[in-house]
Amino acid sequence: MQNITSAAGSGWLGMRTRWDKPSVGLYVLLALAAIVVPICNLLIPENSALHISTYTVTLLGKYLCYALLALAVDVIWGYCGILSLGHGAFFALGGYAMGMYLMRQIGDRGMYANPLLPDFMVFLNWSELPWYWHGVNHFAFAMLLVFVVPGLLAYVFGSLAFRSRVTGVYLSIITQALTYALMLAFFRNAFGFGGNNGLTDFKDILGFNLQHDGTRIVLYLLSIAALVGGYALSRKIVTSKFGRVVIAIRDAESRARFMGYRVDHYKVWLFVFSALLAAVAGALYVPQVGIINPGEFSPLNSIEIVIWVAIGGRGTLYGAVIGALLVNYAKTWFTAAFPEVWLFALGALFVLVTLFLPKGIAGLLATKKQALTFLSGKKNDSQENESKKIAGENS
Amino acid sequence: MSLLQSARQLVRRDAAVASADYQRLLDLTKGVILYVEGVTVSFDGFKALNNLSLYIPDGQLRCIIGANGAGKTTLMDVITGKTRPDTGQVYFGQVINLLELSEPEIAEIGIGRKFQKPSVFEPLSVFQNLELAMKADKSVWASLRTKLTGEQFDRIHQVLYTIGLTEQSEQLAGALSHGQKQWLEIGMLLISDPKLLLVDEPVAGMTAQETERTAELLKSLAGERSVVVVEHDMEFVRSLDAPVTVLHQGSVLAEGSMDEVQANQAVIEVYLGGAE
Repeated sequence: MQNITSAAGSGWLGMRTRWDKPSVGLYVLLALAAIVVPICNLLIPENSALHISTYTVTLLGKYLCYALLALAVDVIWGYCGILSLGHGAFFALGGYAMGMYLMRQIGDRGMYANPLLPDFMVFLNWSELPWYWHGVNHFAFAMLLVFVVPGLLAYVFGSLAFRSRVTGVYLSIITQALTYALMLAFFRNAFGFGGNNGLTDFKDILGFNLQHDGTRIVLYLLSIAALVGGYALSRKIVTSKFGRVVIAIRDAESRARFMGYRVDHYKVWLFVFSALLAAVAGALYVPQVGIINPGEFSPLNSIEIVIWVAIGGRGTLYGAVIGALLVNYAKTWFTAAFPEVWLFALGALFVLVTLFLPKGIAGLLATKKQALTFLSGKKNDSQENESKKIAGENS
Repeated sequence: MSLLQSARQLVRRDAAVASADYQRLLDLTKGVILYVEGVTVSFDGFKALNNLSLYIPDGQLRCIIGANGAGKTTLMDVITGKTRPDTGQVYFGQVINLLELSEPEIAEIGIGRKFQKPSVFEPLSVFQNLELAMKADKSVWASLRTKLTGEQFDRIHQVLYTIGLTEQSEQLAGALSHGQKQWLEIGMLLISDPKLLLVDEPVAGMTAQETERTAELLKSLAGERSVVVVEHDMEFVRSLDAPVTVLHQGSVLAEGSMDEVQANQAVIEVYLGGAE
């Protein structure tokens, strides 16, 4: 049994799959951002024009978390046609797990100076820590929760939904219901997660002060690392045979089932993977923005993620990242310059993209490239490359 | 270790059926691969199949013809488990009772069916379509880790050659012509190694040239496996040069070579409306 990569001498082509052009472009861009931003923030003096403020660094870190979240949605929506309108739930759960750890780190530095109970529990006259708050003061355990809680929820929810063959708009609606139900639960004070104020007033993480520039830079770099890692892993999954089965399921579910693929298993595991990406994004988001509250569960937030992916171009992975970064940058700019116009602008953007760019910005980039190569008479060349690329994906 | 393995075998629910067991059971000692005996199917009193009996010898190419409503598609549905008959028996070889198996199980034990409308996975290449259809461990974990072995690679290329799509190997299936899609779908059935291939109206909508190639393809497939073709197009059936079964109102009207069947008085009456 010889591996085909070596059998056909197509190892090089196999490499192309993982290192295709847009992915390389994205990696280079993120690597640059990982080098330039810390230098401009830490080494260049504040009065210089090249200085990047810590506020901007935090903002960039936030965008990167959103990009990872958009990636999570693209993996299931773009490749498997599962339109989740509740992915904010997994993001928020990851965020809450991180928030609980940060909350316990405050210790007696809170307003009420209670060494054990977080402020909101003292305020509610609780005398002891609820059982589920035990252990989260250990970083490793809290990180375990970041993965286990959203992962388990995704598994249970996915198993129930996909086994009973809930698809299309019905699935979208129950994902909305899921995140809405969680939002209502987290709003309640008795639920034990700070009610509508959520968790905030964080002081430090692993002993490092969250307000320090250095800590901020490290969190920013971790966000880049998570995005790169999440992207590489997603790319590996969608270019494997698993990825091709998932595309087959997207386009003809019953045909794939008839071929002997257990469609529900494929969907559930892809859904769990996607939920974990979202959870990691949430866990990195919370220490950077300094707060997590039930608003993150709001259905509107989840719908916005889908808009980022649609604008960036679904089913490409890099499109989702571009979409999340651009739309959020636009949001920051608009909400500062014309706050009342933002929602209209977002709506208009969504409508325009749907009408004129059904494949999003990624589709625009692809057609532009085709036009350019055509003009420069390299059409045959690029076609050959294209077929080589597909050959690479086979191996 | 072996305890662990048997435990794994027990909890594995990815594969629809343990196919190896059925392969062993397929008993062809009498040289007949498919027995359909006394099958009746009625829909609200209308008898789509009426006490129909049919035997397909192992390795034969058989054509089934008949007017609309003669029961051709219903017969296919019964064999593939989509429709359950009211009475009658359907056996695959000597021992496998098809009426006890579910649709995916029947597909798994080696009965492949090509539907009228081509259903290939359009965003995937021809090669990838065949890869997905290939007999392999189809569980999630296996798909994540699997790489094509040299043998599998050769097998795909062999099928590509058989269906005449070697040059289109890297093309997206969505970009193929109607005829090419039909061939690809036949290829997708072939690569899963069926013992019995059911082909429903393969040349509908094809050009004359494509029809000719399809006939050659189907003829080349018989022998190693049995092929049942359902078709309207008499020219095409004649070009297949195979035994023909004529269905009429849910039962077999005549059986024999194309010439014999066309000379048969009952067939002439039915087809020409019994005007004489």
